[in-house]
Amino acid sequence: MAEINREDVAHLARLAHIDMSSEELDRMAGELAVIVDSIKSVSEVAGDDVPATSHPIPLSNVYRDDVVGETLSNEEALAGAPDNADGRFRVPAILDGE
Amino acid sequence: MSEIIRLSAAALAQKLQSREVSAVDATQAHLDRIAAVDGSINAFLHVNTEEALLVAAEVDKARADGDTLHPLAGVPIAVKDLIVTKGQPTTAGSKILEGWHSPYDATVIRRLREARMPILGKTNLDEFAMGSSTEHSAYGPTRNPWDLDRIPGGSGGGSAAAVAAFEAPLALGTDTGGSIRQPGAVTGTVGVKPTYGGVSRYGAIAMASSLDQIGPVSRTVLDSALLHEVIGGHDPHDSTSLTDPVGALVEAARRGEVKGLRVGVIKELSGEGYQTGVLNRFAESLELLRGAGAEIVEVSCPNFKYALGAYYLIMPSEASSNLAKYDGVRFGLRVVPEGAPTIERVMGATRAAGFGDEVKRRIILGTYALSAGYYDAYYGSAQKVRTLIQRDFNAAFTQADVLISPTAPTTAFRLGEKLDDPLAMYLNDVATIPANMAGIPGLSLPNGLADEDNLPVGIQLLAPARQDARLYRVGAVLESLLEDKWGGPLLAQAPEIAGVK
Repeated sequence: MAEINREDVAHLARLAHIDMSSEELDRMAGELAVIVDSIKSVSEVAGDDVPATSHPIPLSNVYRDDVVGETLSNEEALAGAPDNADGRFRVPAILDGE
Repeated sequence: MSEIIRLSAAALAQKLQSREVSAVDATQAHLDRIAAVDGSINAFLHVNTEEALLVAAEVDKARADGDTLHPLAGVPIAVKDLIVTKGQPTTAGSKILEGWHSPYDATVIRRLREARMPILGKTNLDEFAMGSSTEHSAYGPTRNPWDLDRIPGGSGGGSAAAVAAFEAPLALGTDTGGSIRQPGAVTGTVGVKPTYGGVSRYGAIAMASSLDQIGPVSRTVLDSALLHEVIGGHDPHDSTSLTDPVGALVEAARRGEVKGLRVGVIKELSGEGYQTGVLNRFAESLELLRGAGAEIVEVSCPNFKYALGAYYLIMPSEASSNLAKYDGVRFGLRVVPEGAPTIERVMGATRAAGFGDEVKRRIILGTYALSAGYYDAYYGSAQKVRTLIQRDFNAAFTQADVLISPTAPTTAFRLGEKLDDPLAMYLNDVATIPANMAGIPGLSLPNGLADEDNLPVGIQLLAPARQDARLYRVGAVLESLLEDKWGGPLLAQAPEIAGVK
């Protein structure tokens, strides 16, 4: 099983959209290496014959009638947003430059 | 100290029904207690004075008018700040949600309102319920009422400490790997994790959706049963909510019985790593149950040794996905770096500033476990271990009606003691995690003080899925045997809370 290093953590932090300082990356890489090392045995426990459990109590799909229930008003939905305009969430630029 | 706040929820409810005590007086007594001691405890992140007194006044008026009310109407309650509430802020213990108000109520909050229980406020927790000590709260740690230099457990340390310090007779908690039961154990209180799906999760801010469960926090087994019946039952807003009726939990607590009951001691949740005082109290409790007619058997759950590892793959994986919504767009904090940043840079800066270290660790760990190339080896393997743990429980429940273990391996440790060692912190939940992995219900109740440090110890009962009533039936008997031995509740032995430090 692969270990986790500083480069991995930097990559993962980018994927997770969390800016990390150089010092934070050093510390996080050290802590995560210890944690990953302690849990990696999990990958060797169960064989191919063991099915995976994703949900503790087996349930099949749950449906409801396709009718409008309680909904938030536009104002309620926007009330907690950091910025809004014209009844919508206002988002910073998606693309760099033009 | 006012006598009202010493009452159990059941006793207070009776005095309210007979109009010996008014709901306003009961609520005010708890608000006064919060004002007197919470500077030392820091159990509350928000105190809901005005609304709580308003609800209490309505209850008093309705009672005077002869209306039929819910038996718990007027009994005040505290709510873990992971559960969303209209009219009060919800922070999840995080800076990323500081000042945020939910536009809707969680289903459990709606049920409290229907029962007309005044909500005293929102209680402290580890950020997004990630921790075992409440030290990972962005708003400072909660302190254990038994010793202000020690942790109250976590993540629901605020709810447990509030109840232990007589700031509230009841509280709501959430339990993903032990966050109701472990704080119960280290504060000398009762906490129950219901069967997964037994209580709606609608409006509980999600950490790990396949493990999270809302449940009651109280000072007595009966009080937890009373609250469990208020909050339990089917909710169409939560697609994982069970359609079974909630069951006669209060009756089970009132008619405790262990004669002929098979109690299975889980071999793997004892011994090495468990404090001597914890093991001594555990052995004593087994003797009490045996004396009351229970049959004590030993069961083995060999795959439990992989439960902690599998949990620390599944929980961060689900958490990393659930916490992706904190992107600085729809709610909460937005941090805009210098220049004309794109949304990617805004997200990176927002999440860097808004999340604490433990949350970042778990998001990175989860992102790692779900990465291409690792998914099968980590997340997939952990889900298989989950199957093995369920099989262990199924086998154990053919030999025993309930299972039993210490709730936590140690008593409350000192603030700061494990803060720099995440792995040591994770080990606190070794005995509570298997129940979440299998979705089964668990109850922790206080079973004495450890000889070496005079701090509370907890004992855990586990039952098969949907058999929550068994926990109350057995828990009530053990509680009564222990209280006979002590000559009163364990919390009567807790020291008076010192003034603000």
